[in-house]
Amino acid sequence: MSESPYEGTFRERIAVNRRNSLFLIAAFLAFVAIFGYIIGWAWIGDPVGAVFGLVLAFVVGAISGLVTYFGGDKLVLATSRARGITHHEAPVLFNVVEEMAIAAGLPMPKVYIINDSAPNAFATGRDPEHASVAVTSGLLEKLNRDELQGVIAHEMSHVGNFDIRYAMLVGVLVGTTVLISDFFLRGLWFRGGGRGRGDGGGGYAQLIMLVIAVVLAILAPLFARLLQLSISRQREYLADASAVRLTRNPKGLADALQKISGDREVLEAANRATAHLYIVNPVKSFEKRAKGLFSTHPPIQERIEILRHMETGGIPQTAG
Amino acid sequence: MVVVVIYAIVTYNGLVRRRNETEEAYRQIDVQLKRRYDLIPNLLEGVKKYFRQEQDVLTQITQARSQAMQPHSPREQAQSEARLSGAIGNLFAVAENYPELRSNTVLMDFQEELSSTENKISFSRQHYNDSVSDYNTKIQSFPAVIFARSMGFSEREYFEAVGPERESVTVSYD
Repeated sequence: MSESPYEGTFRERIAVNRRNSLFLIAAFLAFVAIFGYIIGWAWIGDPVGAVFGLVLAFVVGAISGLVTYFGGDKLVLATSRARGITHHEAPVLFNVVEEMAIAAGLPMPKVYIINDSAPNAFATGRDPEHASVAVTSGLLEKLNRDELQGVIAHEMSHVGNFDIRYAMLVGVLVGTTVLISDFFLRGLWFRGGGRGRGDGGGGYAQLIMLVIAVVLAILAPLFARLLQLSISRQREYLADASAVRLTRNPKGLADALQKISGDREVLEAANRATAHLYIVNPVKSFEKRAKGLFSTHPPIQERIEILRHMETGGIPQTAG
Repeated sequence: MVVVVIYAIVTYNGLVRRRNETEEAYRQIDVQLKRRYDLIPNLLEGVKKYFRQEQDVLTQITQARSQAMQPHSPREQAQSEARLSGAIGNLFAVAENYPELRSNTVLMDFQEELSSTENKISFSRQHYNDSVSDYNTKIQSFPAVIFARSMGFSEREYFEAVGPERESVTVSYD
């Protein structure tokens, strides 16, 4: 509602975050294209080969993209050993999800429970019409209703902001980059030193491209992963902000994050591939070792602080 | 010129989409209200036997419900909804006096379902107000402000009764 003191701030932050994400996705796409182009040139030795490489990179990306787009959510839910539930099996959880779907004006997602005592949650799917929300049984045990509502609001915000689709697509782009790099480096190995073709006029250009391609093939997967991580970090801040817009209760989510981060148990159902989906990074030792660039989530203490600021009506200073 | 036309089309479609969203959000409020009306008899049936000595608490709810279901002006509607919420709140206040009821799962389920339905009603109103705010802002800003009114887009009113409805009101409005 318009009289809310931080409504304007939410809208602005959401708008800025959307712009940043679009920019990052575009940069990512451009990168995959350039990568394909350079490898194509290095491999075949002329601009025609470069275009061929570019097209090939796009085709590989498109195929893996389509497969993930239509089946990725089922795969994630299955590897997390999530079980679909009805209203009868967990009425409070089901009601809270329904409340948040109504507040966000979104269709009711499918609700899943992961049988694990570590408290955590994630959302997945290709769009709000095909979305799923999964929480662990530990989350249900350890949080009260307000806290659960905050967590579910955070997840429904991921759904409403189309973060679930971005997470999938970015995952595909990272996968594609790794695939192309791998393909190229293995190909080089098989070809060995016997590059007979193209040693004429285009020789130097090809040699330079080859050097660039090798360097890129080694560095690209690393950069792709970094970009993926920075995207998911931004989205966590945005989802926290949107969650408060739904519940109008920053305390619930702040308390929930505090409880989840203070919990000592390790989520066994999560691995590196699914870690970025969860509300709080489930791979705890990893978070401790590598702060900053390599983290899928912003520091939880900072997220809690921003929410506590909202409680008192202040405008958060540190949000990015 | 082409750019201007495309811009106008995009703006127009944006207005239509937002107007439909506000209408959909408004219907959602009715859906949730109706759900509560449907829910109450079932749930009262489930807890009836625990309230033998407090029959008037149950009749209050039944009466408030049938009153709220009659067609009203929006303002009266808000009042009868408030009265219904108050009657339900009363039931739980009475239940507090019976230690054996406080730990009764039927009653706890009853409370969860009803308070969740109340939450759903107020969240659907909140969502309606959010989409009205979006729609009105769009109408009032450039470039839509030039042609929106002449093409039949007009600002919608906010739903105002969220406040009193959320608290359990026990006073009577007459």
